[in-house]
Amino acid sequence: MAALWTLSLLLSASLLGCLAVTSPDGSPLPHNLPPSLGTNSSDGSLSVDLPMALRVFSMDYHHVQAPFEIVLWIMLASLAKLGFHWSGRVPAVVPESCVLIMVGLLVGGVIYGVRHSAPPTLSADAFFLFLLPPIVLDAGYFLPGRLFFENLGTILWYAVLGTLWNVLGIGLSLYGVCLLAQSSLGDVSLLHCLLFGSLIAAVDPVAVLSVFQEMQVNEQLHILVFGESLLNDAVTVVLYKLFESFLRLPSVSGLDVLLGGCRVVVVGIGGLCVGLFFGLLAALTSRFTSRAQVIAPLFVFLYSYLSYLTSEMLHLSGIMAIVTCAATMKQYVEANVSERSNTSIQYFLKMWSSVSETLIFIFLGVSTIQDIHMWSWPFVCSTLLLCLIWRATGVLLLTAFVNKLRRNAVTFRDQFIIAYGGLRGAICFSLVFLIDDFPKKRLFITTTIVVILFTVFVQGMTIKPLVELLYVKRKKRALPTLSEEIHSRLIDHLVAGIEDVVGYWGQHYWKDKFEQFNKKYLRRFLIRNDRQASSSILRVYQELERREQRGVEEEAPPIVDPRSQGRPLLPEEMESIRRILSRNLQNFNNKQTPAYSRHTLHQDTSVDRTRKPLYRHQSLGERYSYNTITHFQGEDGGLSEPQRVRTGLSRSHTVCSISPRSTLLDSSVSAGLAQTRSTDPREDLVSPRHQETVERAARKHLSFVLENEKQQ
Amino acid sequence: MGSSSSSRNKIPNAQELMDQTGFSSAHLLRLYDRFECLDRDNRGYLSPDDFEAVGGLAMNPIGGRIIDAFFSSGQDTVDFSSFVRILAHFRPTDRNRNKEGTQQELPNSRTRKLKFAFQLYDLDRDGKISREELLQVLRAMLGLQVTEEQLQSIAERAIQEADLDKDDAISFDEFKKSLEKVDIDTKMSIGFLK
Repeated sequence: MAALWTLSLLLSASLLGCLAVTSPDGSPLPHNLPPSLGTNSSDGSLSVDLPMALRVFSMDYHHVQAPFEIVLWIMLASLAKLGFHWSGRVPAVVPESCVLIMVGLLVGGVIYGVRHSAPPTLSADAFFLFLLPPIVLDAGYFLPGRLFFENLGTILWYAVLGTLWNVLGIGLSLYGVCLLAQSSLGDVSLLHCLLFGSLIAAVDPVAVLSVFQEMQVNEQLHILVFGESLLNDAVTVVLYKLFESFLRLPSVSGLDVLLGGCRVVVVGIGGLCVGLFFGLLAALTSRFTSRAQVIAPLFVFLYSYLSYLTSEMLHLSGIMAIVTCAATMKQYVEANVSERSNTSIQYFLKMWSSVSETLIFIFLGVSTIQDIHMWSWPFVCSTLLLCLIWRATGVLLLTAFVNKLRRNAVTFRDQFIIAYGGLRGAICFSLVFLIDDFPKKRLFITTTIVVILFTVFVQGMTIKPLVELLYVKRKKRALPTLSEEIHSRLIDHLVAGIEDVVGYWGQHYWKDKFEQFNKKYLRRFLIRNDRQASSSILRVYQELERREQRGVEEEAPPIVDPRSQGRPLLPEEMESIRRILSRNLQNFNNKQTPAYSRHTLHQDTSVDRTRKPLYRHQSLGERYSYNTITHFQGEDGGLSEPQRVRTGLSRSHTVCSISPRSTLLDSSVSAGLAQTRSTDPREDLVSPRHQETVERAARKHLSFVLENEKQQ
Repeated sequence: MGSSSSSRNKIPNAQELMDQTGFSSAHLLRLYDRFECLDRDNRGYLSPDDFEAVGGLAMNPIGGRIIDAFFSSGQDTVDFSSFVRILAHFRPTDRNRNKEGTQQELPNSRTRKLKFAFQLYDLDRDGKISREELLQVLRAMLGLQVTEEQLQSIAERAIQEADLDKDDAISFDEFKKSLEKVDIDTKMSIGFLK
């Protein structure tokens, strides 16, 4: 642990070394200059003293300077992140963002000390074009769709109206403060205050995510805060640009305000449409990637980034575009590309967003060390106070309205977390740098940095103990007993079934309509043909299996090993049983979507789950019907598909209910067999050589499965 | 809707149903519309294949049991009042009601909800969940991903945890006790039926 910290410090030292070596006006000398004997040339390249025309050893830093520095920064960021996770108790107390900002402050301070000039700051362009998109893309791709749409009304309510309330409130009250402190703040006009309000009021998704990640709050709360932070981008962007353009206009009329309001709608919906367009395009493209599977992930990233850039070009909301694009293309892409491509996509998304986030926080820290600060006690303190006050009142008021229309009311404790969890982050920071220059701009910058640091450090660190204090309904940390787990899952399935019977009206009317439209047109157009066909066969299979099961349950005599009754279970077995249960209990309605996590890929993404075991089933059926075909000469290969499948099913069922050890191994081997065969279901069944190699692979797979269990 | 009063007259024993189940008349109307929608042949009652036409139930591991729960013993048709009575179990409990004996009679009390869930296990209606019944449900929920031995261990352990009188089966009281920490009222409620 200490090693990693020293490593990162070493690295930053090396970074500084590189920076120190380059002279301020370094101009790269061309290589083919004759070497000067025994002297250090002024461009910093060293040479060995040799009376030859050749240099044996030389260093030319300028050649690689730009990428080298970028890589060093990223390396520093990643090592700091590693160090954070290895450092014992720190992650429990301090959120990652705080540690990264502190590292950034440290590095910034060192650079400042060495060079006596401001360290490199985070340029707004670099932030908006390179650092922000990966994070938002990651968030959009793993967005829990059902939860999001169920709460969409509330989220929009908070995002649009809440942001408006905050902006106007903060802006107007700050103007009041400026009027009161005429002496120092007299030249800050109303529009400036409103502009400042618009950029400081917005809750930042990056910061929110990184803090909520450490806490385990219930998914509804998580999606409310997170969804709000994503969607308020539209309002923020519009208001910011609006006030900025107002500042340039000689005068502002009511018509301009009205137009501004229209712009909000246009920006939001425009971003949405751009995202939809590119999302559908990406889905369509992924349909044809079967012959070049390796580049399939690339399309996901390219199209998403294109959607972001396009909407930024059109001054629409880039965040909304990229989120919509990712959410749209997800289901089709996942159906179209191979398993490995899916995993690659998910891993790359996580990786890039992780790097981005780390870099953002480090740069926030570094950029704080500057000499363009301007301090003003009344302004800064009142901004801090007003941010908190307006957010709290906003949340309270809005929730009072929205609770009347919601199914699950947002409790008072939830409201506190929503209000307190409104962290500001790097978006405010970049926006403040983009303001046109005016005398008090430095004051704004300083205030923004203070607000960001305050929210991230103070609110970020204290939110977890406050949550515990208020007993917000968290995801149950205490391990439920086995009975609880089983019965709870049963009840979940039961409620899901009853909901299907009852059939929601109102809000789910549109969902059902969309599902129908999706099934009839979109899926047929956007998903590869063979994948579609198998899903309908699988549906028939499931239907049959269900009916069969009802029959089998009554007939098949269950075998119970009498000797196993009295044996108490070891704790390791208990653990593995728990793990099996939580991993394997299927939940078809995707209610238990795992909460968003920056650090890990969840193994049980919904599509995966419903597909993998079903493939196993089908191939299982096929394998056994293959056996029946070869063993019973009477059968010909011309059995209709459902029938063949059914014979396979009954065989597999009887195998499972009779549990002598040999067939146990057999069924798991065949499961492994099916697994390796699921990638190519159309393979020729009648080839003994193939079966041998597959069985070997299956045995390896079996040990892999066992090991997998142990590791998890 | 001008037809609301007339359609309320379509529902037989509307007032009685409302009293017994606690549904409001608006909800009763909605449920009646849904009943008519499910009843494709307009026979006035539902049969198992009407339920099976519901999309999600086919994918549900305990879909068959849920359907069976609607049909009380022996019968193979469900009329509207039985339909409503079953669904009344899933009404959210009214917290501000006085907790007198009247609470127990409403179908959406916690005990009644648990009883409903219990009956999903206990197919032979002997008042106990035997090991075999538990195994069947586990098999349905876990699919073929878990070996038979693991299933046995899981069932074994579950019975060990819950079985207090050591009769190798879980009675309704033991079932209730094992779920005392779980918030059944919220878990087994459907918001639509508020």
